[in-house]
Amino acid sequence: MTVKTEPVTINLGPQHPSTHGVFRLRVTFDGEVIVDVEPVLGYLHRGSEKLAEGRTYVQIVTLTDRMDYIASMSNNLAYVRAVEKIAGIEVPERAQYIRVISAELQRIASHLMATGFLLNDLGALATPLMYCFRERERILDLFEMLCGARITLSYMRPGGVFQDTPPEFWPALEEFIGNMPTYIDELERLISGNEIVLTRTRGVGLLNDVDAVDYSISGPMLRAAGVEWDLRKADPYEIYDRLDFDIPIGALGDTFDRYIVRIQEMRESIRIIRQCIDATPSGPIRAETPFFIRPPEGDAYAAVESPKGELGFYLVSDGGISPYRCHVRAPSFINITPLREMLLGWKMSDLIIIFGSIDIVLGEVDR
Amino acid sequence: MDFSETGILSFHGIYGIFALFLPGWLAYAVTCGVLAFIVINAMVMSTALYTWFERRMIGRFQARLGPNRWGPFGLLQPFADVIKLIVKEDTTPSTADKIVFAISPVILFAPTVLTIAIIPFGENTFLGRLNIGVLFLIGVTSVNTIAVLAAGWASRNKYAMLGSMRGVAMLCSYEVPMALAITGVVLIANSLSLYDVVQAQSVPFLIVQPLGFLVFMAAASAEMSRTPFDQIEAESELGAGYHTEYSGMKFAIFQLAEFMAPIVTSILAVVLFFGGTRGFDPIPGQLWFVIKVVLVLFGLLWIRATWPRLRIDQIMGFAWKGLFALAILNIFVIAIEVMLFQDGEGNITTRGMWTMAAVNWVITIAAIAIMVNVLGGKKLERPTPKPSPLANMYAEAD
Repeated sequence: MTVKTEPVTINLGPQHPSTHGVFRLRVTFDGEVIVDVEPVLGYLHRGSEKLAEGRTYVQIVTLTDRMDYIASMSNNLAYVRAVEKIAGIEVPERAQYIRVISAELQRIASHLMATGFLLNDLGALATPLMYCFRERERILDLFEMLCGARITLSYMRPGGVFQDTPPEFWPALEEFIGNMPTYIDELERLISGNEIVLTRTRGVGLLNDVDAVDYSISGPMLRAAGVEWDLRKADPYEIYDRLDFDIPIGALGDTFDRYIVRIQEMRESIRIIRQCIDATPSGPIRAETPFFIRPPEGDAYAAVESPKGELGFYLVSDGGISPYRCHVRAPSFINITPLREMLLGWKMSDLIIIFGSIDIVLGEVDR
Repeated sequence: MDFSETGILSFHGIYGIFALFLPGWLAYAVTCGVLAFIVINAMVMSTALYTWFERRMIGRFQARLGPNRWGPFGLLQPFADVIKLIVKEDTTPSTADKIVFAISPVILFAPTVLTIAIIPFGENTFLGRLNIGVLFLIGVTSVNTIAVLAAGWASRNKYAMLGSMRGVAMLCSYEVPMALAITGVVLIANSLSLYDVVQAQSVPFLIVQPLGFLVFMAAASAEMSRTPFDQIEAESELGAGYHTEYSGMKFAIFQLAEFMAPIVTSILAVVLFFGGTRGFDPIPGQLWFVIKVVLVLFGLLWIRATWPRLRIDQIMGFAWKGLFALAILNIFVIAIEVMLFQDGEGNITTRGMWTMAAVNWVITIAAIAIMVNVLGGKKLERPTPKPSPLANMYAEAD
């Protein structure tokens, strides 16, 4: 007797605990095994790029906060660098240091979120997530000292940052940098050697270096595949060429490598911040810019290494007070393009963790 | 009535009161009803307390406070939850199989309560002294598999269906090592009655047969579907698993059964492996029992708060390749030892117990070491990262 079976199609999302927002996957299962995946995007589309065409160059900074809301500082940095490039603004050195410090703090915060939610997807009942959140809170406190906001920061402006650091910021930063390595050790003791985590993540969701480069992947996902490529080294911006840090890479390009690369990047970020604290000069924090920035006609593309990958802003100016066109190269969006190839043949549980290990933010995917 | 002689759950004591003014058969029925009422309510109340305990403890594990608003230390939180669930609308999906949908919470809840009937809570505190208690336990705890399947099937929801299918596969698999682990206990105690099992533990069976204990605890935590085996619900994958479509009081009964499962499991563990009511003298046996149960509960909670979940095929592999083999080994070793140490009446001296314990600990450690190296081992090695040549995008063209 033959048993008749048929594949089942399930809508994973847009309301689902593990889709990190409102992502939707139309998945076809044969039993537990995935035979087809169709991602459906656009549930959080707010038309940021179009909205930018009606605002002045400074006002757009607030739009960038709301793209990758886990890493607002990096978005701010990428955007203001694009404006500075197109308008030819020189940034004072102190502002550059403060920007790098805040961007690296943001990288730690974003990687903590990614790690915590990956473990949550693994089914760890929110305990590692809560530990990650505890540390992230400290970073958000630091941001609150800098600019008064915690999530949507809008701290940077074309030409610098909008206000100088308050005096209590530096001791608090020192204390945080002193404590953070022990927190990461604690997290690693809980997770890295855990046999269940290893069994679940080793060899799952492989993406080799050739495919990663072909799909134009960037960020921790690319480095987990063994490609030692980081915009901070490959095309140094701000003051990264003066700093000493390493690019951690993974061995196989599996889910565990993506996790471990993020952990190591947090350690590297702490190294960077520590060097910056000593080197930050005094001086102005913002270049003199006119109230309405009117860049000459032309276009410019500036990219930074955001926590999720290469985040680039492409601005076209027609000489007016707002850009003619603003395009975002969103790393989250590009990093999920190989999702189908990574998922086929794996099981339902693997789907959740592979998707979680890519670390996307829907605000950035849909913009 | 002398409580120390008869215990608080004395059938005869309560029967004596009712027999004063009721005919014998009616007094018998009423006494049964009263006892059932007391026991079920006590279990439900302790479950409510346990939910509070679990949430407070997990809160502590996660560096937060846990429920602390309603009542002293948040003790009234479970009641607030129940009131909220009672006033909630009780919905049934229009495509659901309505009868099965309605009765499956009860099917899940009933066997959990039934197990209480045969547990010796104290020297004289128990409902029934069933002489096939262990068989009854294994039989009754298997019923929840049907409830999980029925609930998932009846609610006509794909998530619920997936969750219940996984659940049935897992629950069926883990009943085998669980029953085999209990077999070791029965062999030493030389009886199927839980009362005799407690009496036989001059040395707690935890010490005598650690392998059996470990297999039992692993299988039992799968039976009550908690991390690392919470495939039935798998919150981050399936929403809520088999009870996705349930709301209101039906959902509350599911939750009740789910939170009662750890209590019943720890009670079983205490009876079978921790010497039940046995302890030092000034503290009464009933209190020893409660202390041990809370300790086991805390251990289970600790596991739940810390570990991630295994994948379904890995869980099945663990049951059939790991636990099954260990349980068989345990039975084999225990059977030989029982043959050597048992006297004509089926008793084993305390000295014999300690000898068995020494041998079994060595065997346990060796077996688990071998098992870990066979099942895991190679997967944990990590090759050293090798930089890919593709990174060099700015290299000079040849």
